[in-house]
Amino acid sequence: MSENNLPGVPGVPDVPEAPVARRGMFGAQDSGDTSGFGGLVVRRAPRLSSPRPYGEYFDEVVDTLGMDDAIERVVVDRGELTLHVKRERLVEVARKLRDDPALRFELCLGVSGVHYPDLAGEELHAVYHLCSITHNRRVRLEVSCPDADPHIPSLVGVYPTNNWHERETYDFFGIVFDGHPALTRIMMPDDWDGHPQRKDYPLGGIPVEYRGAEIPPPDQRRSYA
Amino acid sequence: MTTEATEGKVYSVNGGDWDEVVSEVRDTEEERLVVNMGPQHPSTHGVLRLILTLDGETVTEARSAIGYLHTGIEKNMEYRTWTQGVTFVTRMDYLSPIFNETAYCLAVEKLLGITDRIPERASAIRVMMMELTRISSHLVAMGTFGMELGATTPFLFGYRDREMVMDLMEYITGLRMNMAYIRPGGVSVDLPAGTVDKVGEFLKEMPKRIKDIRKLLDANPVYLRRTQDVAYLDLTGCIALGVTGPILRAAGLPWDLRKSQPYCGYETYEFEVPTQTSCDVYGRYLVRMAEMEESLKIIEQALDRIAGPLKNQPVMIEDKKIGWPAQLALGPDGFGNSPDHIAHIMGSSMEALIHHFKLVTEGFRVPAGQAYAAIESPRGELGAHVVSDGGTRPYRVHFRDPSFTNLQSFPAMAEGGQVADVIAAVASIDPVMGGVDR
Repeated sequence: MSENNLPGVPGVPDVPEAPVARRGMFGAQDSGDTSGFGGLVVRRAPRLSSPRPYGEYFDEVVDTLGMDDAIERVVVDRGELTLHVKRERLVEVARKLRDDPALRFELCLGVSGVHYPDLAGEELHAVYHLCSITHNRRVRLEVSCPDADPHIPSLVGVYPTNNWHERETYDFFGIVFDGHPALTRIMMPDDWDGHPQRKDYPLGGIPVEYRGAEIPPPDQRRSYA
Repeated sequence: MTTEATEGKVYSVNGGDWDEVVSEVRDTEEERLVVNMGPQHPSTHGVLRLILTLDGETVTEARSAIGYLHTGIEKNMEYRTWTQGVTFVTRMDYLSPIFNETAYCLAVEKLLGITDRIPERASAIRVMMMELTRISSHLVAMGTFGMELGATTPFLFGYRDREMVMDLMEYITGLRMNMAYIRPGGVSVDLPAGTVDKVGEFLKEMPKRIKDIRKLLDANPVYLRRTQDVAYLDLTGCIALGVTGPILRAAGLPWDLRKSQPYCGYETYEFEVPTQTSCDVYGRYLVRMAEMEESLKIIEQALDRIAGPLKNQPVMIEDKKIGWPAQLALGPDGFGNSPDHIAHIMGSSMEALIHHFKLVTEGFRVPAGQAYAAIESPRGELGAHVVSDGGTRPYRVHFRDPSFTNLQSFPAMAEGGQVADVIAAVASIDPVMGGVDR
C-alpha cells in the first residue's frame, strides 16, 4: 500500500495521475460518513507501457515479429508479455506469429473479452493467448475496439480453434468478428437480448415476500469500493 | 406428425407413432436424415445436443449445440470477493473441481505477486489433490466410455473405484466435490490426522483396480473393433483446433504442461508423459489409463514429502493481509472451528481480529492488471485469464476450459464415419458440460 492508501503497482515509473475510478467506500453515499472512508479516492490503474529491455525471451519475440507499426504498445507485467495490436493489423500479426520459424506460436488458447466502459474509444478488448510448443513460450495479444464500432477481424482463418471462442466472445460482449464463418450465439439462446458479460448489462434483483421489498441487483448493493 | 419447414418435410417422433412415421417416410424420395441427438441422451455426457445429418448409416454432417448448462459463473464472480471466487470456479468442470480451483488460485497469486511465497506443503497438497482428482476424472471417463460402447462392467468398476477417491476427498476437505479447498495463498485447511494412512491404503489398492479395468478393455476384441481407427484426429488437426490433453498426446506429441511449463513444483516430481501414435479412440483410452498409473507415482512422492520433510509446515501463506485462517478443525457442532484461533483473535490480539474481520467481510485487494495461469487438467490445458482493477473483487475471470475447445473437434472426428462411432468420438473427447458451458 502506498502512502495515499492505493494499491501499489510495482516497477511502474511516475505517471500523471490517472482519472478517478471511484470514491468512498462501503457503497453508501446518502448517509453521514463517520468513518472517514467516504473520502477515499481510488484512481484507475495507469496504462502500462514497458520500456526496453523487456527481459526473458520477450525482446527476441518483439524483434523477430518486427511489425512495430502494428503494435500500439508492449506491456511486460508479472512475467507475461502483452502486445497491444491495432485491430486492422491483427490477422497479419497473428499469421506472422504462427508461421515465422523463430516465433511459431502454433497453438491459440482462445479469446477472452473484457469490457472497460471507462476507457473511451476502446471500451471492448479481445485478449488472445498464444502458445509456442516449438519454443515453449507464451505471448498475449490484446486488441481493442470502440463500443460504437464493435468490429474486430476474425482469426478463424489463422487459428481455426477460435471459431467457438469468437462466438462466445460475441455472445457475451457483442464484439463482431468480421470474417467469422458463422458468428452466432453459442451459450445464450438465439433470441436473447443483450450481451450478458458487459458491465452495462442490467442485472436483476430478487423479490422478497415482505411488503414488496426487493434485494437490489448485485451491482447496486452496498459493497467495498 | 409431419410439418412443412424451409428445410423440407419435418417428421417428429413423439413415441407410439412409429407405424405412422414409417408409412410417411416410405413414400418420400428424400434420403437425407437429420437427427437430433440430445440434449438429453445418456451417451452425450450431460446436456450436449448433437445434430447429425445421415446418409444411411454414414454421418455426412455433424454439429454440436451447447449452452444448455450455461450458469453465468464468470459473471457471478465479478460480484464476489477473490476468495469466494473459488467456490464458483470449482463448479465449472465438476469432474475435476480441484483443477479449476488451482488454475484460478495460481492466476490470483500471480496477480498478487506471491507465487514464490506459497508454502511448499500447500503446493505438495495441491499436487496430491490434483492427481487424486485426475484419477477420479479418468475413472469416470473410462467407465462411461465402456458403458456407452455397451460394456456395463467397466462402468461399475470405474464408479466403484472413483468412490475411493471421493471418500478421500470427503475425509480431507469435508465434501466429495465442489469443495473450494484450494484458496489464494494455499489451501483452506491442513490435512486431518490419518490422511497419510488413508492415502497410503489407496495407493496400495488402486494399481489392482486399474489393472482390473485394463483386463476388461485392453485386449477386448469387441472394444478394439469399436475404438481402433475410429474418430481419427492427427497432430495437425489437434493443433489447428486447439485440442490439448490426452487427445493431443494420443496423436504422438508429449505436450504436458506439468513437464513443459511446471507449476506447483511439478518439476521436482518424477513421472512420464504417456503418448500413443494411433490418433484414434483406442489411443486416447491407453493414454488415460497410463496417466492414472503415472498419477499414482506422483501421489506417492507428494505423500512422502507431506509426511516427511514438510510435516507440520504451514499450508497458508504467512501474510496477514492475504492468508485466510487455515487452521480450522472439525468442531463438536459439525462446523469447521479453531479454538486456538478464536482465543487468539478474541482474547489476545486486536490486530488479528481486525485482519480476520477485514479478510472475511471485505476480502483483500489485488493490484490492477491481468494474468493467465494454465495447468494440465485431465482434459487438457485449463487456463484462467483473470483481470483485476485493483479492487476486492475480480474485474473479469475467463476460463479457457479444455472441454469447450476439444468439443469443437467433434465434427472433424465424426463426419464421414458411422453413427455408432459418433458415440465413441464424443466419449473419447470426454467433455464435461459444466466446463463447456460454465
